[in-house]
Amino acid sequence: MTDKRILLAYLALLVALLAAPLVLYPVLVMKILCFALFACAFNLLLGYTGLLSFGHAAFLGSAAYVTGHVLKAWAWPTELGLLAGTLAAAALGWVFGVLAIRRSGIYFAMVTLALAQMVYFIFIQAPFTGGEDGLQGVPRGYLFGVIDLADDRNLYYVVLTICVGAFWLIQRTIHSPFGQILKAIRENEARVVSLGYDVAKYKLLAFVLSAGLAGLAGATKTLVFKFATLTDAHWHASGEVVLMTLLGGMGTIFGPVVGASVIVTLQNELADKVGSLVTVIMGGIFVLCVLAFRRGIVGEAAALYRRMVGR
Amino acid sequence: MEIFGVPLPALMGQLMLGLVSGSFYAMLSLGLAVIFGMLNIINFAHGALYMAGAFLAWMGLTYWGISYWWSLLLVPLAVGLIGVVIERTMLQWLYKLDHLYGLLLTFGLALVIEGLFRYQYGVSGLPYAIPDELSGALNLGFMFLPKYRAWIIGVSLTVCLATWFIIEKTQLGAYLRAATENPQLTQAFGINVPLMVMLTYGFGVGLAGFAGVLAAPAFQVSPLMGSNLIIVVFAVVVIGGMGSILGSILTGLGLGVIEGLTKVFYAEASSTVVFIIMAIVLLLRPAGLFGKEK
Repeated sequence: MTDKRILLAYLALLVALLAAPLVLYPVLVMKILCFALFACAFNLLLGYTGLLSFGHAAFLGSAAYVTGHVLKAWAWPTELGLLAGTLAAAALGWVFGVLAIRRSGIYFAMVTLALAQMVYFIFIQAPFTGGEDGLQGVPRGYLFGVIDLADDRNLYYVVLTICVGAFWLIQRTIHSPFGQILKAIRENEARVVSLGYDVAKYKLLAFVLSAGLAGLAGATKTLVFKFATLTDAHWHASGEVVLMTLLGGMGTIFGPVVGASVIVTLQNELADKVGSLVTVIMGGIFVLCVLAFRRGIVGEAAALYRRMVGR
Repeated sequence: MEIFGVPLPALMGQLMLGLVSGSFYAMLSLGLAVIFGMLNIINFAHGALYMAGAFLAWMGLTYWGISYWWSLLLVPLAVGLIGVVIERTMLQWLYKLDHLYGLLLTFGLALVIEGLFRYQYGVSGLPYAIPDELSGALNLGFMFLPKYRAWIIGVSLTVCLATWFIIEKTQLGAYLRAATENPQLTQAFGINVPLMVMLTYGFGVGLAGFAGVLAAPAFQVSPLMGSNLIIVVFAVVVIGGMGSILGSILTGLGLGVIEGLTKVFYAEASSTVVFIIMAIVLLLRPAGLFGKEK
């Protein structure tokens, strides 16, 4: 595709998103946006650096709690609350990263999963999280003291701005020299080392960035739903973001967005109809993706397009 | 008598409980290590199959009157058979791919298995009675030792050591080690490697099923029992490294004991202590206590 057509596609998507609350229930679209951002942040790590983190729920959950706490208990302004959540997740990402990048491959996944489980247990016991009940009744407040976020429509455009901004940042990162080195690490780590790059530093930076953006998704989500619960920090959430990325197409820019939209919509539609069988269906999609569909929706579509155009 | 201000029977009681959970860590991490050695796959479904083992025992007793002792024999075979089916229909297509796909596939399977049991039986635990022969407690003078706890520790140690013996000291084990080291060459010597891979997976998950039957009377039988355990076992595997079988067993038991003692001295940290140890080990000895740097 030419650059012009890509630009047109972006514009069309943006117009559709701007008009979405006229047709769709804004809270659902906001949920999709938050998870799309979460999945894009995760994809930065899995798709572009080749690191499978099975603990990203810790960043989503900790940011959700921190934002919820400073907004509710300390009555911070909304924008500072979002910032606090994001920074907390990035700091936690630094701790995770320092430990996890000491191992690679399959061990990396296990270490991140175990660390996230530890964070989960800490949240169960910590007094400020409200334990099993979660942190309820978080006020949305006013953005910069003027925009009333209690109105879903107003909040929608704020969330959209945050997500588009973050998406642009991820896009820029991928295409920057830094992003090129990340991709090189994914393809051949030994060679990047031999070229004189400090691989550990790049991996850590990618991890912190990914954790911070996942945190931004969690912080925004708290604002949308006005609560933060243990569900966000549970390993199921870590698995879900893997599934979204895998289903959409890992290592593609739009894959995680597509994957998140499909999974969130599916969960939303199925929750009332089949109850706890949703987990079974998610697991089934997982198995199917790994066995037959490893490029994901966007990856397969791109391959099909290339075949039709003729290389 | 008191030690550090804790009465001796309470201390010994927690120590025994620690050994009990250590036994499960040892059995499960052993299975994971054996499977990883042969298939290069981290079996995320291990916890779910352990849970399935406990449920099969419960179902056997409740619906068909199959006793605990028969379950101890039949359930591992049934779970092993499920494993063989999983290996033949799904896992075998992944060996040439990145290791991560094996983890992702078995994660999906874990969700499916857990979800099905959850759909059928809900999340509250179901009781499974301790068999008459093993109920009651022994009076050791300084403490009362429930017979069933002693049984768990004894049996799991026996099973672990038997596995170690088979792999390290027998002809079959030699084939197995050869196939782990170099599958092509082993196959060239006329050994059916795909068959051994299949049986290894069946054996590994059968071990998880066996652990599930052992766990049924000790804990409540619940769909969530597997996933909570498997994540701790992953940490155990990271701490111990998967290079050595005896290492897996020792690490599992040792961490169980440490967890038990933490319950006595600082109960708040008992659910996180294994993860904290994992973090410390990663800082000091990234390859794990018994692992080899690659």
